[in-house]
Amino acid sequence: MKTIIDIATLKKDYHVGEVTVHALRGVDLKINEGEFVAIMGASGSGKSTMLNIIGCLDRPTDGTYLLDSVNVAGMSKNERAAIRNLKIGFVFQSYNLLSRTSALENVELPLMYNRLITTKERRERAVAALEAVGLADRMDHMPNQLSGGQQQRVAIARSLVNDPVVILADEATGNLDTRTSYEIMSLFQELNSKGKTIVFVTHEPDIARCMTRSVVFRDGHIIREEDVKSRLNAAEMLRALPVEQD
Amino acid sequence: MNPGNLLKVAINALKRNKMRSFLTMLGIIIGVASVITMLAIGQGSKKSIQDQIASMGSNMLFVMPGNMRMGGVQQGSSSSQRLTVADIKAIKTECDAIVAVSPEVRSSGQAVSGSSNWPTTIYGGSEQYLDIRSWTVVSGRNFTDTEAEGSAKVCLVGRTVADELFGEGIDPTGETIRFKNIPFKIIGVLSEKGQNSFGQDQDDVIIAPYTTVQKRILAQTYIQSIQMSARSAEESALAESQVEEVLRRTHKLREEENNDFEIRSQEELATTMTSVTEILTILLGAIAGISLLVGGIGIMNIMYVSVTERTREIGLRMSVGGRSVDILLQFLIESILLSVFGGLIGIMIGFGASSVVEALTSWPISVMWGSVILAFAVCTVIGVFFGWYPARRAAELDPIEALRFE
Repeated sequence: MKTIIDIATLKKDYHVGEVTVHALRGVDLKINEGEFVAIMGASGSGKSTMLNIIGCLDRPTDGTYLLDSVNVAGMSKNERAAIRNLKIGFVFQSYNLLSRTSALENVELPLMYNRLITTKERRERAVAALEAVGLADRMDHMPNQLSGGQQQRVAIARSLVNDPVVILADEATGNLDTRTSYEIMSLFQELNSKGKTIVFVTHEPDIARCMTRSVVFRDGHIIREEDVKSRLNAAEMLRALPVEQD
Repeated sequence: MNPGNLLKVAINALKRNKMRSFLTMLGIIIGVASVITMLAIGQGSKKSIQDQIASMGSNMLFVMPGNMRMGGVQQGSSSSQRLTVADIKAIKTECDAIVAVSPEVRSSGQAVSGSSNWPTTIYGGSEQYLDIRSWTVVSGRNFTDTEAEGSAKVCLVGRTVADELFGEGIDPTGETIRFKNIPFKIIGVLSEKGQNSFGQDQDDVIIAPYTTVQKRILAQTYIQSIQMSARSAEESALAESQVEEVLRRTHKLREEENNDFEIRSQEELATTMTSVTEILTILLGAIAGISLLVGGIGIMNIMYVSVTERTREIGLRMSVGGRSVDILLQFLIESILLSVFGGLIGIMIGFGASSVVEALTSWPISVMWGSVILAFAVCTVIGVFFGWYPARRAAELDPIEALRFE
């Protein structure tokens, strides 16, 4: 099986004034194609730093990081921007959609930064991505006309549109209620079942149990790494939820 | 991002904040419109003064009696009686840069015709006087050389005098008027000149042979001033030095003595008069320029606000692959659009305001294309200059910080 993310002895230090903060103290992590990995840990454990480095938003102080067999650890700012554009899809806790911009145009955004993609192709791929997340009928809606769950679906469509090697989700269900969370997780499971590699930062054990593997961080180290036993099916969980009665 | 997309993104961003974009542009609109209008007004008033001075005569020079000493006492210039007909003869024969020369004597008084009377000024000159002062005869004829030298009791009247004594629009050629009890036969009517730049009615004149005015009205032998035409505007300075040389000799001035006359040229007068409006134009232009600068600072201010407000958007754009240069260009294009659109509207308003001023003042106001191009270029430069720092700030944001920004 192909290794998408290959990280070895990764370190990240921050300098806050005189003090050096060791956010990551030598992390080894391999993620294969088709995995759905939960990154867990308390705040300050280093999981956000890890996600930023995996997402090429930040660069490690030391160590190696191969993304899709490309060494990205020493890349410049512009090179990392290009890598993000081609190989990574982000889903954020607060959706981060452009306001007063239609769902379709929000999804098109990553492709706007790829000069090789024509306007026509961009439109087609954005439409396909929105269809894949079940929002074919909401393409022309503005974010403020969509529910939280729908906005997150638009964000997921945006992360899919460039056909990335890995989707990085940062607390993607953090702003959603239980029902909507399971809807979103069900969508992620569906994408994963079609072969998408997903790395998902969460602190909710229930959400983590929807994935294939969990990696737990503490004080800049991975303290536990295990395959998820008795994996939850989000779609079934959703059906099991009591029907809301107002 | 390709240029088309960048432009589209920038336009959409401006459209999202229509009111703010408009108000930001307003600074530039007012700046550009005022620069164009002020320069047009300055140019117009300069043109109008030049036209009026040109209407005084053609390449005109004139000699006035100057200050002189009499036994150590400085005499006022008006009391001087130094200019004579002999001076004129000398100028006529010796100064080759002078093509026409005429004495001028004048007297104010009441012109009477039948039961009408009108206070006016009679000017006495030679046959060439009309050419020098750019007068033309619309009806009748000029007096001849013989008449000019022979104290003939003939005259030409200006339109105002004709209107006041004989009635609006009536041709009084052949009639007789009395000026200080001397009867003058009207042999022609002068073309209309209108007011000069001092607000004086140039048509309120009677022109007669100088000998007649000298002998019959003033009873004097000297003349009040000498009026001349240089061959061309370029030769006006040469003519001036030639005349000075001749007059110093005829007046028998010693080397160390100052001139007892003053030579002025139309050129000098035009320069003096227009230099005032030029200073005014520069002043007005500078004030308008400052308002344009303030407009530019307005753009910079709003771009900073916009960058701060859209920090998360910037973070997102970076996270999906936007490079620093993409972000820089996006904000730079926004500020250039603001200033260029503002500039275009300002140019249109400037044209409008200029024609309003033209209608109100009847100055020959013309918008200078130079000022339009200048205003437009300045706008683009302002857009780049004042947009650069906010755009740089946006481009240098750290995507992680930007995404976390509340």
